[in-house]
Amino acid sequence: MMMSGAKVLVECLLEQGVDTVFGYPGGTILNIYDELGNYEKQIRHILTSHEQGAAHAADGYARSTGKVGVCFATSGPGATNLTTGIATAYMDSSPVVFITCNVSEPLIGKDSFQEVDITGITMPITKCNYLVKSVDQLADIVREAFAIARSGRPGPVLIDIVKNVTSSQTDYTPLPREEHARNGKLAKLIQRSSQDFRTPEPDSGDVDRLVHMIAESHRPLLICGGGVVVGRADKEFLEFATKIDAPVAITVMGGGGFKGRNPLTTGMIGMHGSQASNMACDNCDLLIAVGCRFSDRVALDPATFAKQAKIVQIDIDRAEIDKNVKTDHHIIGDAKRVLAVLNERVTPANHQSWKDYVFSFKTETEYDEGGDTLTPKQISSVIAKLAPEDSIVTTDVGQHQMWAIQHFHYDYPGQLITSGGFGTMGFGLGAAIGAKIGNPDKTVLHITGDGCFRMNCIELATEQYYKTPVITIVFNNHTLGMVRQWQTLIYDKHYCATTLDRGPDFVKLADAYGLRGRRVTNVEELSAALTDALQCQEGYVIDCAIDIDEMVRPMVTGGSAITDFIVD
Amino acid sequence: MSTLKRYTLAVLVDNEAGVLSQVSRLFSRKGFNIESLAVGPTDNLEVSRMTIDVLADQDMVELLCNQLRKMIPVHSVNLLTDAAIRRELVLIKVACSNSETRSAVMQIANIFRASIIDVAHGGLTLAIIGDDEKTDAIENLLKEFGILELVRTGIVALERGITTINDNTKEKGEFNYGKNVL
Repeated sequence: MMMSGAKVLVECLLEQGVDTVFGYPGGTILNIYDELGNYEKQIRHILTSHEQGAAHAADGYARSTGKVGVCFATSGPGATNLTTGIATAYMDSSPVVFITCNVSEPLIGKDSFQEVDITGITMPITKCNYLVKSVDQLADIVREAFAIARSGRPGPVLIDIVKNVTSSQTDYTPLPREEHARNGKLAKLIQRSSQDFRTPEPDSGDVDRLVHMIAESHRPLLICGGGVVVGRADKEFLEFATKIDAPVAITVMGGGGFKGRNPLTTGMIGMHGSQASNMACDNCDLLIAVGCRFSDRVALDPATFAKQAKIVQIDIDRAEIDKNVKTDHHIIGDAKRVLAVLNERVTPANHQSWKDYVFSFKTETEYDEGGDTLTPKQISSVIAKLAPEDSIVTTDVGQHQMWAIQHFHYDYPGQLITSGGFGTMGFGLGAAIGAKIGNPDKTVLHITGDGCFRMNCIELATEQYYKTPVITIVFNNHTLGMVRQWQTLIYDKHYCATTLDRGPDFVKLADAYGLRGRRVTNVEELSAALTDALQCQEGYVIDCAIDIDEMVRPMVTGGSAITDFIVD
Repeated sequence: MSTLKRYTLAVLVDNEAGVLSQVSRLFSRKGFNIESLAVGPTDNLEVSRMTIDVLADQDMVELLCNQLRKMIPVHSVNLLTDAAIRRELVLIKVACSNSETRSAVMQIANIFRASIIDVAHGGLTLAIIGDDEKTDAIENLLKEFGILELVRTGIVALERGITTINDNTKEKGEFNYGKNVL
């Protein structure tokens, strides 16, 4: 069938089952938008206020649904505005296909209007990227891009299409998704290895060795990392932890991989990890990390990290093995499959005395309550009490993010959506809109701080227009709280450029965007506001006034031993 | 900082636009200068082989190899041993102002089995193939005559024996697992 490149692209999206696209149009991508308009019934386009918001929304959609997110942008500034969103998705292994258009081929390389080498720019922050200069290759490349984005260790892929390709005609043959692997470049990629990709099994010997190590261990500790969430391996992980009776520390990215209310949970591990997690890490004799790359926020000092333990890594990405922490053993494979095989082979154990030791330490921080001002713990408790248990929580980055992770309990993969690796301020609102669109029946809470919210609050317009009610809860301390905390503890209270004694009034801002808002200063007001927000089914901003000197506790500084708490 | 050593990497990649810069950016990201780089197609025209010489420490070079291995257009990476065969072609243009110096240069060329590929008034151009030790040695000897211009192809290298970069290993399988595209 002869058709334009623009139509081929949209047809290829349908092959992938795409029904939602986030984006922002512009000169070079107009042919695609023109065609997209003809597919209104099959593909819904969400126009954001800014390309960065579209990128985060596609990311939030992908993380909350497990499907590949899709994001469109035009050339030049449209494309560069995506980059923070692409890097965020890359660091947290989120499958998003970004589609940008570039200037027409004769104009490429001539510093034309809105021209930028976006494939060059995004090389370090994509799993793979493509510059499409021939319409005949377009379908094949789109198929390969989606396969790469969602497979192995997922991640963002960018396709940059020169404008004339979108208007050129080519012969398009539809190909069902199951056939993609047997055609074109994908088939070649698969043939390259002698391995059978269809049933990748973890190495049996490697599994047996770990089973043996577990049998010999008296003080095992599990780390639930982002791979458990991405691989949707929560059930297998639960069975594994229960069988070997090991405490489970959860990383920021692992939230939702293991039920936060399970008695085996020691809470978060690392810089703001609980005493129980960090002490267990320091004293265990076997540390099994599943889908965890030992980032510098977890393994603060790689040399002393889990110094008494044999360290075992289970990961799908071989390049993560021994990258940050030297390990004693590893198993390569999909977390879900590796854990299933392990569950068949491990002998159930009981480690009561070890658990008694670990849980003699606190799994959650206790705060002084009872003053006049609202505390972070109180806000968290009210939300936990009133909001449905399966509410999706997105966060921005900083103190509120740590509080949201420390004090809420996440029960399933995709429930917590946070920028763990890249630490992107302004991620949460776009991600929340994407999550709401992917999960219209769930309550979506956007936990943020006043600094982060100000960055990308322009997406309130998107939230209002598409009727995707998100409840934004601002931990408003009128400062960049986490930076201030470092200034307090490490920089001798030299508060340079962190105090946010300025507008806007977030309640008025919500109103200006056609949403509802309330400012609250105590538990009663907050409860009333949240009850109202949950009932009204409209976008809502709750501005919670908290003290400027609230701190995230405990804290261990970067590079220190994991038990060197500078605040308890 | 641990000690720096010269390492030679052999990298098989898709013969496509952009792959060279993807590979080289991993080196620049860590602030490593590539000492020598040679690229060309292999017996399979769709596959290119890169030979990269880099000054690095052991941990860093292993990290680099692993990060190269996980890239989609990269087929395989070998960190070559010291025993590997290394060769480089060097073209050297030497000044020879009179017949005396010319015959002296020719004599050196002879000893090193370099070939003289161009003769002009006032100079000779030599081609020599060898490992660094040999090419450095002739370069040093020719310095006294005046080297007008010099160009190196970059080291190319193969492991001795019948093992090849194409051999399947458990480790290679582990990296391919991450490239699973179904």
